[in-house]
Amino acid sequence: MRARVLIRPKAGILDPQGQAVERVLPALGFEGVRNVHIGRLVELDVEDPAHLPAMCEQLLANPLVEDYEIVGTGEA
Amino acid sequence: MKFGVIQFPGSCDERDALAAAARVGDAVLLWHRDRDLRGVDAVIVPGGFSYGDYLRAGALARFSPIMVEVERFARHGGLVLGICNGFQVLCEAALLPGALLPNTSLRFVCRQVDLIVVNAHTSWTGACARGDRLSIPAKHQTGRYWAPDPVLDELEANDQVVLRYATGNGFNGSSRDIAGVCNKAGNVLGLMPHPEHAVDPLTGSADGLRLFESAALIAA
Repeated sequence: MRARVLIRPKAGILDPQGQAVERVLPALGFEGVRNVHIGRLVELDVEDPAHLPAMCEQLLANPLVEDYEIVGTGEA
Repeated sequence: MKFGVIQFPGSCDERDALAAAARVGDAVLLWHRDRDLRGVDAVIVPGGFSYGDYLRAGALARFSPIMVEVERFARHGGLVLGICNGFQVLCEAALLPGALLPNTSLRFVCRQVDLIVVNAHTSWTGACARGDRLSIPAKHQTGRYWAPDPVLDELEANDQVVLRYATGNGFNGSSRDIAGVCNKAGNVLGLMPHPEHAVDPLTGSADGLRLFESAALIAA
């Protein structure tokens, strides 16, 4: 299965990358943008998707500071 | 006193750590793929960019073969010092609480900073006194120490905050100006600044040597 894992900074933890982008967008004329957060995308083919949560807990994310979301995207 | 300094692919401060340790004892290099600590009394996880810091700083190095031995060594009371990237590795390995996040400035910063010794009863600060001021260089982009507030309260209550940036010296946004923390037992210390770069007055300060001397006191 082709899977995607979305990894985000946990709510409440300062995200200076998101803040920087949020400040720049209005300078380009894009008003009304809020709550910009920047995370990581991991794409992988896995034989057993049941392993994905453990992969996230142990390696792909740091659960202390990051949330992850597993998104299945169909056959590899 | 025999120190072992681990070399990962991407380490860059292992030579200075070896040279610093050699001023107070014997020092050997340990290879990341080995499963043998070669009988050392203390392990130093040095600075650099282990495994390219891919994924997250320290996240991949934490699973290298030698870290299995370091974890076992630490849990049996062995002395472990993590410097900069080494601190990140120890946090990823859960040998130390918390995490290191990108500096709030998002910039790599290299400067001499003053640290205050908050706890002089750990294995790595016994040669200091509480309140001592240490001038040590810091150089990193991912050094913002973070832990949830209840964890920070617990660390302070347990005296696990070992070093803080002196007023006006913090630059990375660390919670409560924390520069270094230890585990509950005090045998494992991690800090972002680099004591191994401050061991000779010729380069501006020898204050960093105090950490190595502290470890040597334990072994004596």
